[in-house]
Order: sequence, then structure tokens, then C-alpha cells
Amino acid sequence: MKLLNYTLSYLSIALLVVVGVWAVIFYVNMLDEIYDSIDDGLENSKILIIRKVESDTTLIHKTEFMESNYAIHEITDNHALHVRDIYMDSTLYMQNEKDFEPVRMLKTVFRASNGKYYELQIVSSMVEEDDLIEDLFYAIVWLYIVLLASALIINNVLLRRVWKPFYTILDKLKNFRLGSNENFAAEKTNVSEFNILNETVSSLLQRNIAIFNSQKQFIENASHELQTPLAISINKLELLTEKNSLSGDQLKEISTVIESLERLTRLNKTLLLLSRIENRQFPQETSVNFNDLVLRLVSAFGDLSEFKSITIQVEQPGTCIYTLNAELAEIMLSNLIKNAILHNYPEGSVTITIHASGISVTNTSHTGALDETHIFDRFYKNSSAKNSTGLGLSIVKSIVDYYGYTIRYTYTNQHHTFAISF
Amino acid sequence: MKVLVIEDEDELRNVIVSSLEKENFLVESAADYTAALDKVTGYQYDCILLDIMLPGGNGLSVLNALKKMKKQENVIIISAKNSVDDKVNGLNLGADDYLAKPFHLSELTARVKSVIRRKSMNGQNVIELNNVKIHVDDRLLYVNSEPVSLHRKEFDILAYFIANKNRLINKAALAEHIWGDHIDQADDFEFIYSQIKNLRKKLKDTGAQLEIQAVYGVGYKLIVP
Repeated sequence: MKLLNYTLSYLSIALLVVVGVWAVIFYVNMLDEIYDSIDDGLENSKILIIRKVESDTTLIHKTEFMESNYAIHEITDNHALHVRDIYMDSTLYMQNEKDFEPVRMLKTVFRASNGKYYELQIVSSMVEEDDLIEDLFYAIVWLYIVLLASALIINNVLLRRVWKPFYTILDKLKNFRLGSNENFAAEKTNVSEFNILNETVSSLLQRNIAIFNSQKQFIENASHELQTPLAISINKLELLTEKNSLSGDQLKEISTVIESLERLTRLNKTLLLLSRIENRQFPQETSVNFNDLVLRLVSAFGDLSEFKSITIQVEQPGTCIYTLNAELAEIMLSNLIKNAILHNYPEGSVTITIHASGISVTNTSHTGALDETHIFDRFYKNSSAKNSTGLGLSIVKSIVDYYGYTIRYTYTNQHHTFAISF
Repeated sequence: MKVLVIEDEDELRNVIVSSLEKENFLVESAADYTAALDKVTGYQYDCILLDIMLPGGNGLSVLNALKKMKKQENVIIISAKNSVDDKVNGLNLGADDYLAKPFHLSELTARVKSVIRRKSMNGQNVIELNNVKIHVDDRLLYVNSEPVSLHRKEFDILAYFIANKNRLINKAALAEHIWGDHIDQADDFEFIYSQIKNLRKKLKDTGAQLEIQAVYGVGYKLIVP
């Protein structure tokens, strides 16, 4: 539920209660005022009628209401002494409505000039309460609807405008990606709470960006700084191997040290490559024909596959051309093909299938299914291949992610398949 | 042949200098930007090895200075930053080659010889060793003036061996040079052996006075008797 509608749902309940209570109080007060005013009128009629009776004694015998609004009955003295003025609700048959309608009645007692006591009944027509309640109910319902509608409109126009900075920052946060090289800048608003929110979020993110950048910088710098000492070590050892005084065993020892240093160099280069991919330092993009690229790579790996007695088949049901960085395209595919050759057995096979929208590399292997959840992790090694850095597939994954492609691993019947879909 | 090594790291500079001296080059060196500028303005070299990150300035500015002085020196950039931008910038500024650190000494030797040959021999790229003649640009091999047919990789290997004759070549360096970067994880580089075996056989069958010697576990060496 959206924030605006959320407040509205509470508001609608609150309004219902408030309007309901107000309606009851209003109704009671209004009715009270109506009675008050009718009763005043009856009181006034009473004085006028008593005066009239004093001057015209024939009126004493008017026992029915008929066309006027009063009736007079004789009562005993004893009874009269216990009677006081009573205002009461009653009903009276109305000719126009052909029905009994509510009336207000005043019962009082007076002593006429002949010394006898008479009871005087005066009526006045009343509001019909059920009609009043019905009218009031509809009025209240309309009021409620209008109130809700105006609240909805105000919410959507005014509140939306008021909350705009909030939605703006929400939108920015949603689209923000750490490492995307963009700075987070919030708009200035007139609402101090939003300004505080903006500032807090901004400073929090700036701090994160700074940490992230310095971490990236650290990996990059560390890798760069490692290159020179590695170069010195390898080159010095190479010079050493050229000294004729060394025995075969010593040469072999030095050679293993060089091999380890070279492994370190490869690892270092790979880490640099990963950090460069993540830093998006491959802006130049060209149209890459993957059919050509695959054929070129297969021939480049020809000697290696031949040495390992592995046959490589390239199937091309489609032509695959996409725009991306040529260097990355080559790294991505060469990693997959190299893996397929290295993690194979003699007389095994590698099948590369190129579709218009994807490429899959399948290889035979004696190892069972790989752990799908970890194969793309850095430094995850399934085989004991001593020269593997454990970074090949994570590089493929970063390149695939970089361009928004997908890569899927499947295992069927001793065949491992990595399929990239563009 | 005079070579100038511009590199701020003492040990690396020394090792490069010793390696080049083995090839009978006359080697001079500079450790920072100012020294480098002094040397390139005052003297003439056949090849300059230039580090990009130097104390006191950028190596690319040295290239600029060379260009302004209209000097035709061969320049090979050696950089710890293996970035395409640096490479493109350097080559645009007139550098002849780009080598990322760390590199193999045999690779450096081959590159230095290649750029020197390309410019100073005026296209006459012919190397003669005993009864063997190699036309580098035309990729032809003659033994006793008889042409010998070689596959592309066999020729590349022979050319690399000749550039580093009488020196021990690490098999990783050879694999990287011939098969490129893709092959760097291939286990043990054993696969290069079959190519060497073929080359050896061809040299032996034609009676070439060159011998490719295997140094077990390390690499190979071209012996020129």
C-alpha cells in the first residue's frame, strides 16, 4: 500500500467516527431546540386561550380539537389540584396526511370565571423524527463522501507535492549501485525533515562510495605494485639460470621457483583484470562476430588440444554478432574453451555450438556435476589442476554480468555445458 | 648498438642492463625523468627502453620530447600498467612496441632486436648463422642456400631462438611468445615439445649447423657452434 493511501485509510475511519458522533450531537441539540421553540409557542397559546375563554364563556364547551388547536374538558377540583403543566408527545389524526402524525401537546389546568376547573389541551404539529433522521443520514453520508473525495484529491495533489523530495530520494536509492561511478546528490527542499533525510543518506552513501573506491584502488595499486618485484625476481632468476656453473638439479630448483612466480604473476594479472572489469574500464565497443572469434580461438588452442588428444567440434546453426568490447569477448570465450580443454580426459571432446543469440561450450569429463552455486566464485577450485588460479569462471561471470548476459551451467551424462545467452 | 634503459627500479634496471650486455649491446641507463631527458637530448641511441611511471615525470613526456627533437630512436615502453589506453597513447606518440611488466628477458631481447632490425637494416632482414640464413620478413629459411619449408609456429620458434641464441630460454617464455596470452594457464607447456621436435628434425635432416638443446625442466637453448 502506498504511503498516500495508507494515511487515507486511517483518515477514512477517523472521519467516519467524527462525523457519526457529530451527527448524533447535532441531532440531539437540534431536536432540543425544536422542542424548546414549540413549547414556547404552546405556552403563549395557553395564555391567549385562557384570556379568550374569560371573555367568551361558550368556548368552555369546545371539547374537540377540530379546526383549531385546542380542546377543553371539565375536571373535578380534587383532580385539578394535583395537575401541573405537562408537555408531551402525542399523535393526532391529520386530514391531509390521512394518518396519525406526531404532535406536541401541552396539558394544563385553569379555573374559569364560573369557579370550575377545566383541563386545556393545546397541540402543535411536530417535526417528523423519522423523516428528520433520514434527511440527516443522507446529508451525513454525502458529507462523508465529499470529505473523503476532497481528502483523496488533497492527498494526491498537495501531499504528493509535499512528499516529492521523499519519492525522489527513494527513486535515486532504488537505482543507486555501488561502484557505478556516479555520485549521490540529493535535491534541496523546504522541508527540514527531508533535508535531514537527504543529508544523512547522502553522507552515508558518500562514506560507502569512498570506502568502496579506496578498496578498489587498493586492489589495483597492490596488483600494480606487485608487478615490479615480480619482474625483478623472475628476471634475476632467468639471468641466474644462464650461469654455466649451475648443475641440472639446481637449474630445476630455480625453474620451479620461476614457475611459482609466474603463477603469482598470472594471479595478479587476473585480479587486475577483474578489478578493471568491475571498474568498467572497457569502454570501447565494437561489433564482434563470435563465429569468427570462436574459430580463431579454436585454432589458437589447436596445439594444446592436439597434445591432449581432444577433438574440438564447432557447430554453427546461427551467426552470432553482438556489440561489446573485443578484448572482453575474447577473454570470456578463451576462458571457457581453455577450461573445456584442460578439465577433460585424453580422447575426450569439446563441442562449441554457436546460435544467433547464444554460445554453449560442452566438454566431456570424468568429474561429476560441479557445484552450481559456487563455480563462479572467486578462488573456487574443483579440480586439483596445479596451474589453475580458480578465477577463470569468475572472470567469465563478471564479463557476462557487465553486459547483462546470462550464463548457465548444466551437467548431463558426464558432459559439462556452459551456455551464454546474450 | 647503443641501448638506453630508463627505469627507476634499481634492481630491475640492473637486471635488464646485464641481460642486454650479454647480447653485446652498449647499455646506458637513467633512473629518473631528468636523467632520462638529459640522456635522450644529448646522445643518440638505437633503442630506448622506457618506463612510464618515473620519479619526476611521466615517461610519455620523454616520448613527446623525442618527437619534438625529431629523433628517430626506437622506443619500447615497459610498463607495470598493462592498460590498453597506455599502449595506444604510447604507440600514438611514436613508441615502437609495448611490453607489460613482468616480462621474460628472452622476450625483451627478441623485441629489442626486432625493433632495431626493423629500422636500421632498411628492410634487409636477413640473419646468417653458420650455414643457416633466415629472411625474417619473408619468413624463409635457407640451409646451405637450400630453402627449407617450416610451419608458421616452427618459424616463430626458430626466430625466437635465434634472437636469444646461446641463451637459456624458459619454456613459459617461449609458450607465451608463440601461443600468446591464452595459453598461460595450460599445464606444464608440455605441448610445445612436439613443435620443437619437428623443428629439430628439420634442422637435422637439412644439415643445419644449429642445435636446439633441451635443458630438462627449464627450457631450451639454441647452440651455435
